[in-house]
Amino acid sequence: MSSIVAEQLSKTFPGEARPVVDSVSFRIEPGEFVVLLGPSGCGKTTLLKMINRLYEPTSGRLLIDGADARAVPATELRRRIGYVIQQTGLFPHLRIEQNIAVVPQLLGWERRRIEVRIDELLDLVELPRAYRRRYPRQLSGGEQQRVGLARALAADPGLMLMDEPFGALDAITRARLQDELLRIQQRLHKTILFVTHDVDEALRLADRLLIMRAGRMVQFDTPLAVLSHPADDFVRDLLSADDVLRRLSLLRVADALRPPAVNEGYGNGSSALTPTDDLRIALGRVLEAGGESLPVVADGQNVGRVTPASIAAALARGERALPD
Amino acid sequence: MLPRRPLLPRLRGVNVRYLIDNLPYVASLFGQHVLMVGVSLAVALAIALPLGVVCARVAQLRNIVLGVLGIIYTIPSLSLFVLLIPFTGLGLRPAVIALVAYAQLVLVRNVVVGLTGIDPAIVEAARGMGMTGAQILRQVELPLALPIMLAGVRVATLSIIAIGTIAAFINAGGLGLLLFDGVRSSNPEKIIAGAIAVSALAIGANGLFWLLERRAAQATHTG
Repeated sequence: MSSIVAEQLSKTFPGEARPVVDSVSFRIEPGEFVVLLGPSGCGKTTLLKMINRLYEPTSGRLLIDGADARAVPATELRRRIGYVIQQTGLFPHLRIEQNIAVVPQLLGWERRRIEVRIDELLDLVELPRAYRRRYPRQLSGGEQQRVGLARALAADPGLMLMDEPFGALDAITRARLQDELLRIQQRLHKTILFVTHDVDEALRLADRLLIMRAGRMVQFDTPLAVLSHPADDFVRDLLSADDVLRRLSLLRVADALRPPAVNEGYGNGSSALTPTDDLRIALGRVLEAGGESLPVVADGQNVGRVTPASIAAALARGERALPD
Repeated sequence: MLPRRPLLPRLRGVNVRYLIDNLPYVASLFGQHVLMVGVSLAVALAIALPLGVVCARVAQLRNIVLGVLGIIYTIPSLSLFVLLIPFTGLGLRPAVIALVAYAQLVLVRNVVVGLTGIDPAIVEAARGMGMTGAQILRQVELPLALPIMLAGVRVATLSIIAIGTIAAFINAGGLGLLLFDGVRSSNPEKIIAGAIAVSALAIGANGLFWLLERRAAQATHTG
């Protein structure tokens, strides 16, 4: 887990009049999953690449864990930061195990420690250990990106930078890898900076959204806060913030729980909701079941019910609970 | 009874008697030729590899260097050999210098093509993981460029073998000697012997490098 502080970070490429990143300041807490969101050319990838110094800022300061990023050589800094890119960038001439071992080898780990780590990582990203001896070309796109993720995690970095890592995958594989990433993040609590232009992906993954436009940071807040209080029309349009269903998808059944009705049974099982279902699904199911209410079941216990009114209240509460 | 035609000295109308009768001599010239080509190739590679790497990195330099090498390549070999004599005298040295010069265009160009043809995402990933420039070159770029570089070595070797025959004119020895002597003394058998030996060398070298190239392509999973 690493904290990141950017102070007035700017980048202007030689021969260009306008800065690609323009005076961006933010603070990211350890263990946060931050998604950089914006249209192409907004500077989100440039901002990401300034963090591992693939680009050096024209001005401004960057602190990682309180220390100036320029205090150590760039190569040393990068070995402590996981880096995943869309095209995977796997080395085609190296086996999967050699690809995963790159950073540990750069750090001078012992052979045995690396061997153990490779198996651990393949387990973590749910690839069979038999893949160790394969070459990247022999894997599917989704599998290759799992290797890319394993390679970035190899030396257990506190910070992960991910540049549209799932952008080239089909929708089903992308959704599966998003789930995997959330599962891995729940276990490892990395600080993650994740670039995407896919709004649904951003809302699904982010603890906080950092929204950029034309080099400037226009809003930096939780998905629900951004949807409920978009900073301007650009953000409103970008996220289709007027879409109530999109906001509901960020709330959980647990947020809209009412005490169980006295005379209510367990429902018919299949239609019962769980506290972790999102309210968009819940609303759909409630309407499907006649629009009255549906029981919520956790660990076989009837823990309450959800009604259209409780969903509406949760929506209103979700908005009110936020600072202006 | 008509005398039976001897089988070997006339193979389908090609008179190979000289080759058979003087096999040790032809073999020694073959050896000289191989040595000349080998030394030239080694020196040429020692120059072309770093030059190619620099040209792959610096785009402005690339066109200048390849332009100059292209001009060198168009100089007729005989005149280049003769031009070198005042500086180096006769013998193997001017021959090697000229052959090295001729090989540069193909070698440098293929190093440049091999390196610049690598998927930029691969190099970016390598940088992003904290590899140094030298590590990226040695562990990533050169292995991936190897098949194309070897193709350059193959083509360069073939032209060095061919141009090397002309080097006999400036006393560098080699299989060209048979060709020049044959022409001078109107001895087609000698010319045929030289031609067969040079062809065998060229075909052999081509096959050898082609095999290496294929193995490299398989090893890098690019072919």
